[in-house]
Amino acid sequence: MAQFKGTENYVASRELEVAVNASVALQRPLLVKGEPGTGKTVLAQEIAKALGYPLIEWHIKSTTKAQQGLYEYDAVSRLRDGQLGDPRVHDIANYIVRGKLWDAFESEQPVVLLIDEIDKADIEFPNDLLLELDRMQFFVYETRKTIAARHRPVVIITSNNEKELPDAFLRRCFFHYIRFPDRETMEMIVRAHYPDIRRDLLREALNVFFDIREVNELKKKPATSELLDWLKLLTIEDMPPEALRSSDTKTAIPPLYGALLKNEQDVHLFERLAFLARRRGG
Amino acid sequence: MFAPFILALRAAGVPASITEYLALLRAMKEGVAGFSVDDFYHLSRAALVKDERHLDRFDRVFGEIFKGLESPSGEAPRELPAEWLRKMAEKILTPEEMSQIEALGGFDKLMETLKQRLAEQKGRHQGGSKWIGTAGTSPFGAYGYNPEGVRIGQEESRHRRAVKVWDQRQFRDLDEDEALSSRNMKVALRRLRRFARTGAATELDLPGTIGATARNGGSLDLHMVPERHNAVKVLLLMDVGGSMDDHIRICQELFTAARSEFKHLEFWYFHNCPYERVWRTNRRRRETERPTMEMLRTYGPDWRLVIVGDATMSPYEIIQPGGSVEHWNEEAGQVWMGRLTRHFRKAAWLNPVDQSHWRYTQSITILQRLMENRMYPLTLAGLETMARELAR
Repeated sequence: MAQFKGTENYVASRELEVAVNASVALQRPLLVKGEPGTGKTVLAQEIAKALGYPLIEWHIKSTTKAQQGLYEYDAVSRLRDGQLGDPRVHDIANYIVRGKLWDAFESEQPVVLLIDEIDKADIEFPNDLLLELDRMQFFVYETRKTIAARHRPVVIITSNNEKELPDAFLRRCFFHYIRFPDRETMEMIVRAHYPDIRRDLLREALNVFFDIREVNELKKKPATSELLDWLKLLTIEDMPPEALRSSDTKTAIPPLYGALLKNEQDVHLFERLAFLARRRGG
Repeated sequence: MFAPFILALRAAGVPASITEYLALLRAMKEGVAGFSVDDFYHLSRAALVKDERHLDRFDRVFGEIFKGLESPSGEAPRELPAEWLRKMAEKILTPEEMSQIEALGGFDKLMETLKQRLAEQKGRHQGGSKWIGTAGTSPFGAYGYNPEGVRIGQEESRHRRAVKVWDQRQFRDLDEDEALSSRNMKVALRRLRRFARTGAATELDLPGTIGATARNGGSLDLHMVPERHNAVKVLLLMDVGGSMDDHIRICQELFTAARSEFKHLEFWYFHNCPYERVWRTNRRRRETERPTMEMLRTYGPDWRLVIVGDATMSPYEIIQPGGSVEHWNEEAGQVWMGRLTRHFRKAAWLNPVDQSHWRYTQSITILQRLMENRMYPLTLAGLETMARELAR
């Protein structure tokens, strides 16, 4: 059994490794929650890479139905073909469009199936997938065939907590909550992405970053992905580390803040704080 | 094998079930956890806890079962609400210090300073741990404050290597039963959504097409329908000023949530109790004032009326003509309340005051009766009940 370990560009905590390995060993879905931008979706890609399986991604939207993951019956094209006298029309199987779960089940080798942002869908969505994820099989009514998984896929489900998931569903999953990384881990994560970033720049940037996260009134606290974007911008602009030291500059608004603060209320809040800081200083 | 553990978890309110227990045992058999306690902790957590709000409880139970850690006697330790700590800080720190700290970095910084201050105080008052209790000014006395339970002095979380993982209790912040952010308000308000098909026909109407095609003798007849939109209309009446100042923050959150959730949202302000006039903006109240009757005429009975107010006032302001604190009102507040509830068949009152205090305030009882018991507390549960009632 292949074991999941953090890779060179994904820093996984021991708890995450245990959770992933448990769900791989027991062939149960792993439910991953956590603040936006802490690498939930990336996790699935990394697991696929680590285990050497292909990745099938199913991104959920508010209109997604559970059935779409299994298959869809394309009645309209069958109607059209019937009008045109196409011989394909006699076999209903020609009009069954496979969904992501079907692909994952029928695959010749084991795969990693990512069900991304399951909470976006309708409240009944997880319930509709209970049996399918439990037995890893489903029945196609139109062709009277049962599709069963050749290899039980590794299922990774992410959620942003917009809706409560039903208990029956939760009971079948392993669960992992990605905690916001502390400074040390964050440094490792940044190093994994930008191995040759300047040490002093990184230190100052992390100072600013964690200071911003300390501010409680923010609507959206910047997370890992925002930090990575910001650092990239800083290196592209070749920003000197001194520019980030807010204590001795006139303004407390970090340079290129657009990458960190995502709405105008937050920017306003910062301008106000900066103003207060200036007044106190002067 | 771990039956006592599971039972203790369930007793602590972590809903772990047999299925999950069996999964854990199987995973142990598969050797996922190896022979390390830390791994077992991680594994059992992934298998048994399915909600980050329960993680802290899990940590506590785990600590107790596997280390013989004694829990503080009496009630289960409960985190003190941030509000109490703030009050505490107000008592101990000077206003200047408070504002300075607020400007520096908000709550965490505040707690930091408070912690230091408490440590100093302990030194000076030789009583040691009892300092808060004997001072008599502390807001905690009445609640049976226990420094162990509050853990103001918990330094451990700073040095993560020093303690076992579960003792760090990193998930404490997540265990908040009534965390009410505009995000989960939105989710609660979402129940109010009413979908209707209006506008241009852009979606294929499959049942319609099939029916029409069949009637057509088999030749294809496509039918389109408009997309579904949220068609619910919400009229928000908000109480401002006076006693509502204590609830500004939560009302603001509600307002943000409502504004992004409903396309048809109108809001008006009133003071204490709705009378013959309502207004649009507080700053330019005189210019934006409109007669309430006009509001009733403008918005039809299909609008859902949501009144937000603490309903805390003198009873005269509701039952007597001329009882208003601001002006001479020809008709009593209850007459206006009657007009509103008769016109808007779907109406509700959201009250930010703690529900357990409602019956001690006469005006709340009166308004509750005028609203025909459709007053709900401004909590997540209250919002959900309200949404369910209004959506009927």
